[in-house]
Amino acid sequence: MRFLLPIVALVAIQLAPSDADALDVFACEPEWAALLVELGGPDVTVTTATTAYQDPHMLEARPSLIAAVRNADLVVCTGADLEVGWLPLLLRRAGNPGVQPGGRGNFLAADFVRRLEIPRSIDRSQGDVHPQGNPHIHLHPRNIERVADALAERLASIDAANAAEYQSRQEDFLKRWNAAVLGFETRAAALRGMRLASHHRSFSYLADWLELDIVATLESKPGIPPSGAQLAALLEQLTPNPPAGVIRAPYENEKPSLWLSDRLQIPVVQLPYTVGATDDVTDLISLYDKSLQMLEALSQ
Amino acid sequence: MKFAQSVALLAVSLSPAVAVNAQQAGDALAELRQEVAELRSDYENRLRELEERLARAETLAGVASRDAGEAIELAEQTAIDQNSGSSAANTFNPAIGAVLGGSYAKVDNGWEQIPGFQSGGEIGPGGSGFSVGEAEVNLKANVDDKFFGNLTVGIHEDEGEAEVGVEEAWLQSTRLPAGVSVTAGRFFSATGYLNGFHFHADDFVDRPLPYQAFLGGRYTVDGLQARWIIPSKWLFEVGTEVNWGGGFPATANERTSPGAWTFFTKTGGDIGNGHSWQAGLAHTRADASDRGATAFSGMSDLSIADFVWKWAPVSGASAKSFKLQGEYFARTEDGDFDDLPYNGEQAGWYLQGVYQFARLWRVGVRHDAVDSDNGPLFIGTELEDPDHSPYRNSVMLDWSPSEFSRLRMQYTRDRVLSYAENQWYLQYIMSIGAHGAHQY
Repeated sequence: MRFLLPIVALVAIQLAPSDADALDVFACEPEWAALLVELGGPDVTVTTATTAYQDPHMLEARPSLIAAVRNADLVVCTGADLEVGWLPLLLRRAGNPGVQPGGRGNFLAADFVRRLEIPRSIDRSQGDVHPQGNPHIHLHPRNIERVADALAERLASIDAANAAEYQSRQEDFLKRWNAAVLGFETRAAALRGMRLASHHRSFSYLADWLELDIVATLESKPGIPPSGAQLAALLEQLTPNPPAGVIRAPYENEKPSLWLSDRLQIPVVQLPYTVGATDDVTDLISLYDKSLQMLEALSQ
Repeated sequence: MKFAQSVALLAVSLSPAVAVNAQQAGDALAELRQEVAELRSDYENRLRELEERLARAETLAGVASRDAGEAIELAEQTAIDQNSGSSAANTFNPAIGAVLGGSYAKVDNGWEQIPGFQSGGEIGPGGSGFSVGEAEVNLKANVDDKFFGNLTVGIHEDEGEAEVGVEEAWLQSTRLPAGVSVTAGRFFSATGYLNGFHFHADDFVDRPLPYQAFLGGRYTVDGLQARWIIPSKWLFEVGTEVNWGGGFPATANERTSPGAWTFFTKTGGDIGNGHSWQAGLAHTRADASDRGATAFSGMSDLSIADFVWKWAPVSGASAKSFKLQGEYFARTEDGDFDDLPYNGEQAGWYLQGVYQFARLWRVGVRHDAVDSDNGPLFIGTELEDPDHSPYRNSVMLDWSPSEFSRLRMQYTRDRVLSYAENQWYLQYIMSIGAHGAHQY
């Protein structure tokens, strides 16, 4: 039995709780992890399932995530079927009744916002369509505001002892957020009507907010990589009046956008999409700021 | 009254009656200019301030009107959401999915039994030609707030007749605390790595040799499973299963109840950002009675060690990934075989790697082998040890135009029997309807 000793020792190390008092929160995407840091401060310990370089549609219920959900007091995800390929399995595997759907420990951000692009009909031949609308909701400042309100309330209800802290942090965050958004909107006036092509419908909310004109998506059907013929048709369609640039998220395949931008002689921009995409995008405000900077550079 | 002073000074300086030198006049002029400039900048500042206030007010008004617009839209969407929740009879239908599989095979001779092993089900490469394989229909949903239910029915053709079999029919607790879950019914055992997967999720057309030799392809439990995830940063899980059913290597009859126990443990985690792994150990002890065509009665002790390591680059945009998995099986069977005292030992293993080299394309290689040591008593029976250990080498290439469809080509060089043979496959796997996530 001596061979078991190192294993027992390792497990004992792992069992030692990191911070017993803090609320353990599992965030599916970096944008919600960033919001949790704003609202929860030292009262929460956040584990994030994806990085800015991982496609939140495609993930596996890998062992570390099962362990994290098992220990979580709260699960914060986008919802609207963005994580349908892995989150239900993760929740079922983890044996944690507190974070099951419908419960207080299960928070889906998309439930609190107005969703765009809700399809009228659903069929798999249309690609990876989301019946509940476009789930990439975090690039509209009003959505952030609404989710922040609901999330602060949820944190306070789960961790009542620190309710006042969550509320004051939320007020502080929204004050800073609204001030920053005012600045963004003033800057963004110059971008209004800018024509862009996008790889996937990842920036629909950003376009809605800034009144950008997404004239084409490279994926003719969401989630299905564009074929050569589809790209050629797109090239023909866009040649008479090329857009200002092609935008894509860091986790999206770069090849189609490079191909198209090369043929149309327009720049291709990898927008940060979410927190952590580049070293200077450390929170939601810098995410928006950087995105605007890149679009501004494109408009000049 | 600096201004007045300056005017006075100016008047004085202009008066011809006063003799002033040019230096003085110059100083006064400069002072005057500076004051006019100050005045102007003062007014400009005030003007700019006013303009900024106006712009801010305009933006605020814009935001307010947009907020109002959004509020209306939100209200509309809420109304839509509420309307769509009308209580039609099918509102509570479970998630329904079906998997269609089929293959075209070109097999030299094939085999239906592995030398040295008692056959535990329909195994082997099958025959040449086209076969629709197995169609499988799956229903799953929450039963209520405490249970989740899952039913998978497999339909396949056997000698011209369609056979319907219950592959899985289980319910699982959803409300037990502290990482504990209990499953009851018919389910795929948690032993080994591959055993928990549906065949359609496999990376090769057929199961590795040890699965075919030791488990008849898959070990299915009719009984109970309890598992507990220990609170830890890694996954560290222990569990047990009790089987009252006849899933090979167990038998179900009045003398063996329950027929088999399994204990398993799984652990896994991440290494850095791009790597993840899982490893497992499992032991199944089956108390078999009159098992198989030539009856075996006695204890069957099977241990399985498994690992899987997956790599995907930090940047998901490149769409490359790699998966390496391997399992080792060891079994002792002790009892009577065909009324002769029998104590045999068998082992088997496989190692496979699957590399996704482009968004839709994967290539894989696999080596699988088994080995038996049943003693000299059984020459002429299915337990006769072959002169060489059966093994195979396989390569496969698959193309998945979407998450829901896959086309695969596989070549196997087969040395299960005393001669080598070639096996070629073309396979399709399509899933329609709701298709749940695959486990890690």
